[in-house]
Amino acid sequence: MNATATLTPRRFRPGFWTAVFVVLFLAFCTVTVIRFSKGLGAVTHLSDRFPWGLWIGFDLLCGVGLAAGAFTLTAVVHLFNLKKFEPIVRPTILTGFLGYAFVIVALLLDLGQPWRIWHAIIYWNPHSVMFEVAWCVMLYTTVLAVEFSPVVFERFGFHAPARLIHRLITPLVIIGVILSTLHQSSLGTLYLIVPSKLHPLWYSPMLPLHFYISAIGAGIGMVILESYLSGRAFHRHLEMDLLEPLARGMVVALGIYGLMRIQAIHRNHAFGSILGFSYEGTMFLLEFTLGVILPVILMSFRRLRTDPNWLVGGAFMAVLGFVMNRLNVSITGMEAASGVRYIPSIMEIIVSVGLVATGMAVFAFAVRNFSIFPDGPVSSTQELEEGA
Amino acid sequence: MGMGLLIDSTRCIGCGACSSACKEQNKLPEKVEEVLTAYTWTVVQPKEGLNVRTFCMHCEVPTCASVCPVGALTKTAEGPVVYDAERCMGCRYCMMACPFQIPKYQWDRPVPVMGKCILCASRVKEGKPTACTEACPVDATTFGKKEDLIWEARTRIRSKPGAYVDHIYGLTEAGGTSVMLISSVPFDKLGMKTNLPADPPAMRTWQVLSNIPDFVGVWAVFLYGVHWITARREEVSKAEKHNHGRGDQS
Repeated sequence: MNATATLTPRRFRPGFWTAVFVVLFLAFCTVTVIRFSKGLGAVTHLSDRFPWGLWIGFDLLCGVGLAAGAFTLTAVVHLFNLKKFEPIVRPTILTGFLGYAFVIVALLLDLGQPWRIWHAIIYWNPHSVMFEVAWCVMLYTTVLAVEFSPVVFERFGFHAPARLIHRLITPLVIIGVILSTLHQSSLGTLYLIVPSKLHPLWYSPMLPLHFYISAIGAGIGMVILESYLSGRAFHRHLEMDLLEPLARGMVVALGIYGLMRIQAIHRNHAFGSILGFSYEGTMFLLEFTLGVILPVILMSFRRLRTDPNWLVGGAFMAVLGFVMNRLNVSITGMEAASGVRYIPSIMEIIVSVGLVATGMAVFAFAVRNFSIFPDGPVSSTQELEEGA
Repeated sequence: MGMGLLIDSTRCIGCGACSSACKEQNKLPEKVEEVLTAYTWTVVQPKEGLNVRTFCMHCEVPTCASVCPVGALTKTAEGPVVYDAERCMGCRYCMMACPFQIPKYQWDRPVPVMGKCILCASRVKEGKPTACTEACPVDATTFGKKEDLIWEARTRIRSKPGAYVDHIYGLTEAGGTSVMLISSVPFDKLGMKTNLPADPPAMRTWQVLSNIPDFVGVWAVFLYGVHWITARREEVSKAEKHNHGRGDQS
């Protein structure tokens, strides 16, 4: 490892993006204070008719889903033995870990009494999907932390524990893949319980599989996107030789997912609600065109896949479509049955945006101080400023 | 089968005595709100010329109890679906999942809990009727063994042809409930959910969840198998490279 050259401390110079982050973070803290002193009603547009909003739809469903790149890539490298992808495993695991941390913080705000979150450990209800989700999130966050820990150990010169984890990597990755399979799908299972509430464009007995496969597709999209973003921010080149085959994987995953969705809608006899350009139909069309049809068609062309701009564009569409899908399942598709329109409050949005910004700031900090990318810590903040 | 309530909408005069009695019994704030809230567990609303009482249906296989990650909701042997506020961490999955949209939350409190009718579980356990039943001046709410109530409902529907819709709401809805309603107006016109499947929603998630242990075993073996094959392939190809030039040794 080229860790020796990296131990010199870097100087950090705050700039425009740091200021944006600080403002967002302070807004986030303010909302948190109001939420815990006045209750959920004071900061959210949640109600008895609409008990789950943006924090579940975006923070939880998308936070977990977009972290799927971590288990996908560790499986590709350590189980399918495609070692050439190894250079991008670390940033992916880091994103995964931050994604899960993001989910947990959001849950701490969303739960009515978050100081009781540990109750899931002592009071068991194996009939509850939420119980399964809680355990999987707990365990998989731990797995991700362990998978990432060699980076921290190396940085401070503890080589023995890093070697130990390296030796245990196969069982660790298998456990990680199993846990991810379980709870990526169980986020879909959460909605199996509302056959009479969720709109037929989204409800299906196959929801668990829809969630699992779309998370793999969008998780890969996220890996491409994040390579591009960190490439821009830190003036690194884009690993096109790795990202192009990943885009092919994305096409396959999204293709299977798209077919399954069409089958499900056919079974529900719900095609009519698309053609009528109803609220739900329009939202579905946007989601499906952006998240499935366009990326699958565009990324099927080798010429477009090998062009960095198109590649990143395709990945961005897949990720955006994925976010729309999760919001449609959790919000759009549930509105008709609830009898109300839910539009998140400014304060709910501040929390979500503030958490994303914090995640990006932590990622930038880690990249600057640890060997996340193969060429070691990315040093100067000047580069960061210019790139951003 | 346990105990239950039969609500006869044709008898209800909308006096609201049930709501007030409920407030007193459960030590809730006195003001009766117009819709169900965490502080008002039963309401009577005028609809289509009838007075319709809305409160927890106390499902035979309660969706809320199945989805609660900490088991704060349970169905007792006597029939009531009760809530242990000390366990609840406030995920509100019960509210999201309930096919009747009954559980409500204390959105205005920094330390909130859920609120819904608990069918006076402590009274029912002692063999006493619910507070709302006792308060009802016109017997619109009847307390009793569920099988007796079904029989009573059928008798009323049969004895006065045309006076009732020929359906006992709650007999099959969401797998059946301990609270049942009869009415002279079709139930969908009263704003009640009539699209509920007869199988309990809880079965749909249990079908998936109960397969997890099997799945984990198979998936683990499969994943290890993949690793084993790919690692072996690498070994073989290395060995082949190594042996290259020394002739085939197989």
